[in-house]
Amino acid sequence: MTLASLNLVAALPEIWLLCATSAILLIDLFLKDEQRDITYALSLLALVGAAVFTIEGYSAAPRAAFSGMFVADAMSDVLKVGMYAAVGLMLAYSRSYAADRQIYKGELFTLSLFALLGMMVMASATNLLTLYVGLELLSLSLYALVALPRDNKVATEAAMKYFVLGALASGMLLYGMSMIYGATGSLNVHEIAQKVASGSANATLLVFGLVFIVTGIGFKLGNVPFHMWVPDVYQGSPTAVTLLIGSAPKLAAFAFVIRLLVQALPSLQAQWQGMLIVLAVLSIGIGNVVAIAQTNLKRMLAYSTISHMGFLLLGILSGSLQGYSASMFYAIVYALMSVAGFGVVLLMSRQGFEAERLADLKGLAQRSPWFAWMMLFVMFSMAGIPVFSGFFAKLAVIQAVVADDKLIWLAVVAVLFSLVGAFYYLRVVKLMFMDEPLDASPIAVKFDMRVLLSINCLAILVLGLMPQSLLKLCYESVKTSLGML
Amino acid sequence: MSEHLLSLAIWVPIVAGLIVLATGGDRNAGVARVLALIGAVLGFLVTIPLYTSFAPLHGGAQFEEMRAWIPAFNINYHLGVDGLSMFFVILNAFTTLLVVVAGWEVIQERVAQYMAAFLIMSGLINGAFSSMDAMLFYVFFEAMLIPLYLIVGVWGGQNRVYAAIKLFLYTLMGSLLLLVAFIYLFFKTGHSFEIADFQRIALPLSVQGLLMVAFFFAFAVKVPMFPVHTWLPDAHVEAPTGGSMVLAAITLKLGAYGFLRFALPIAPDAARQYGWIIILLSLIAVVYIGLVALVQTDMKKLVAYSSISHMGFVTLGFYMLVDGAPTTYGVEGALVQMISHGFVSAAMFFCIGVMYDRVHSRKIADYGGVANTMPKFAAFALLFAMANSGLPATSGFVGEFMVIVGAVQVNFWYAALAATTLVFGASYTLWMYKRVIFGEVANSHVAELKDINLREFAVLAVLAVAVLGMGLYPEAFTSKMHTSVDTLISQVKQSKLP
Repeated sequence: MTLASLNLVAALPEIWLLCATSAILLIDLFLKDEQRDITYALSLLALVGAAVFTIEGYSAAPRAAFSGMFVADAMSDVLKVGMYAAVGLMLAYSRSYAADRQIYKGELFTLSLFALLGMMVMASATNLLTLYVGLELLSLSLYALVALPRDNKVATEAAMKYFVLGALASGMLLYGMSMIYGATGSLNVHEIAQKVASGSANATLLVFGLVFIVTGIGFKLGNVPFHMWVPDVYQGSPTAVTLLIGSAPKLAAFAFVIRLLVQALPSLQAQWQGMLIVLAVLSIGIGNVVAIAQTNLKRMLAYSTISHMGFLLLGILSGSLQGYSASMFYAIVYALMSVAGFGVVLLMSRQGFEAERLADLKGLAQRSPWFAWMMLFVMFSMAGIPVFSGFFAKLAVIQAVVADDKLIWLAVVAVLFSLVGAFYYLRVVKLMFMDEPLDASPIAVKFDMRVLLSINCLAILVLGLMPQSLLKLCYESVKTSLGML
Repeated sequence: MSEHLLSLAIWVPIVAGLIVLATGGDRNAGVARVLALIGAVLGFLVTIPLYTSFAPLHGGAQFEEMRAWIPAFNINYHLGVDGLSMFFVILNAFTTLLVVVAGWEVIQERVAQYMAAFLIMSGLINGAFSSMDAMLFYVFFEAMLIPLYLIVGVWGGQNRVYAAIKLFLYTLMGSLLLLVAFIYLFFKTGHSFEIADFQRIALPLSVQGLLMVAFFFAFAVKVPMFPVHTWLPDAHVEAPTGGSMVLAAITLKLGAYGFLRFALPIAPDAARQYGWIIILLSLIAVVYIGLVALVQTDMKKLVAYSSISHMGFVTLGFYMLVDGAPTTYGVEGALVQMISHGFVSAAMFFCIGVMYDRVHSRKIADYGGVANTMPKFAAFALLFAMANSGLPATSGFVGEFMVIVGAVQVNFWYAALAATTLVFGASYTLWMYKRVIFGEVANSHVAELKDINLREFAVLAVLAVAVLGMGLYPEAFTSKMHTSVDTLISQVKQSKLP
């Protein structure tokens, strides 16, 4: 292996982040608790550095590294920038929350950054092994993050559940990958695609492998019927970690699905389309219906995530370039909404009080009108009401589905369940605007968080008024990355 | 200038609403009211040239404005009005002005948000009426639900939350199917959301039938038609006076307009095939809902049912077209009825609001003898009650008469059933009027009533002029819609089967 085939430049953002995180890990050892803001600043610096490398290195043509195990292409670059933003916002939002709960420690930062590194590897992996390594780096970091408040029973239980089910899912995925390897003799996604297309691979083995891979994907995305961990983990984790789990990893998961199904197994589209239809319909249906029964805001948002991940699959299963870019747009918009939604939950929490019951939102419009309006944006956007960006995300995936005459029924099912979904989003708005507050004290918010959350929520509106540039970016990047010209 | 008129009609109220919102809490309520009034007046003024410079002999869209909005979906910011939609833009701006005045001192809590919600909604509704692009229409059509939901839910009566959520979900249910229908048509037209392209393409009957179902749910819920009308009485009863006025005067018209703009011209063959169902439902609305109105004990509910019954006339007028109506009376009568109902229902709800502000009851039984203490009010109320019953020389008569004339030409029984409204309408309206206004002073509340003040007088007087003006000289309205109606009819008469 020559240095040229390593092509380390393509992986510069990852290399930088690895070095920076390791350095932060070391520096933090010498810091006292009250100096933790230094770690915070360094972490943000690491993110900014990674963003600079990614944007500087951006070019439409894919740049392979590590002899084809890794690729930096337009799609992964766009997704990575989204991940930096999500992780950066998470760190900023959770500062006072974490400090109040004795988890404002070096681990929070280094584990978040390692999780980010895992996501970046997932987004760029073109080899089943790299994909798996990225996924495990992400998952292991997240397991530990969930258990960060180690004296907290709920959090420990959530971490345990997450770990056991996550390990099971990883096992499924590996098993599937091994079958694919057995059938094609390769781990590289492009070589797998060629072998499958040539028809020389054992079809039975391939389809078996595919079933396990789709199962693994279902677990990781949290699609019904593999969704059981989602509500418990969302509820049990410290809200700062829930925010992380609910945002950036969805971007990585999107890339993961694209790499595995669209890039490696395009010839099996007829098979995986059927499986994804089942996952999507069940997720949209059960996610939306069960969310209605929740009284815990984090749990409700967990079920809402499940339904959104169903919508995300709609674009992918349509099997068209339009559909893939629609899903990518959906993932980005969803991450933006999710960060904002959990951001409001973080904002309302204070020392010794988790604002995670729906009832805690009561009368927010009187306590803090500005944030009530911001949350209203998030809720209507998640419900898919124009003119918020969530509407255009839904429009894009539904359009991709309707393009196929045989799948129009799927679009009708999806929109009818999103009607069911509208109810619980409306209920949040009702609680904020139409109910009297339980506790009339105004909400104390740090200035940086106030500004960032406002920008975050206004972005949801602005992206709805002017979605063209992001839509175009998604379309172009998916097109060049998949080599469909 | 004229190509930006519609943009102004949309954005002036929205921007004004945002400015009002920025005044913040109730400390600045006075400023918020004045700004809202200025915004509403400006919003109304910019719509007047739509009438004065409207070319009546031009059948297509006028005042067009076109620019690309989201090229990725080929969605254009394409505005334009024809004789079918122009009046509703003006009516909407007019109603918004009245609503701002009507809520002047009645609303004391969160004034800025109240006024802003109405102004923003007004802009969004104008957008829906003037969209020439189906997805743009959809965006406005849906987005207006957000302010409406807040208006009913925040400033409404006791059971306001239930009513607000019901209203939202009912209307959302309809429009989601509309979304799928639009996207389907987008692919059939070769990637265009232009309404004109939708109207042009040939479609097999089975597809037209499904599209008609989607359109029916979207627009019948909004109209509302029997049997999807049940949200309206709840919403009206709980909404604040201004909310009821806008709901009855404008948003219901959006549903009827949808039938005219989408359902009829896009699926004319399905309309011929299944139009009898709509006619049947319309007649049920006229007769059955008329009877339901008769037994109401709550004034707002009574007027709400009366609205449903009157809107039955509108859909009847439209769909007689497909039953081989030889003249334009049906459609034009229905359009006139829509405008007239805009004035009359707004006036009726305002009258109820005037009494409610003083007595805090909507029950008919809590009143009696109001004429003794509020003579000026009683005189106005009589005029509007007569208009609601369709008395000649009021606007209410013109539309009903034209629709009935149209119905006689199609089928005698349609006309006979439709004409029962003249009896039922007069019964429920005048009987309510008698019980509330005439007779002995019923209780101490009524005895203490003060007659209307200048603000209320102004609102009622303006509406009275509109009702009488339209009743005496309907030509001012019909002359501008005639060519567009002819164009529509020729479109509907052509078969679109491939």
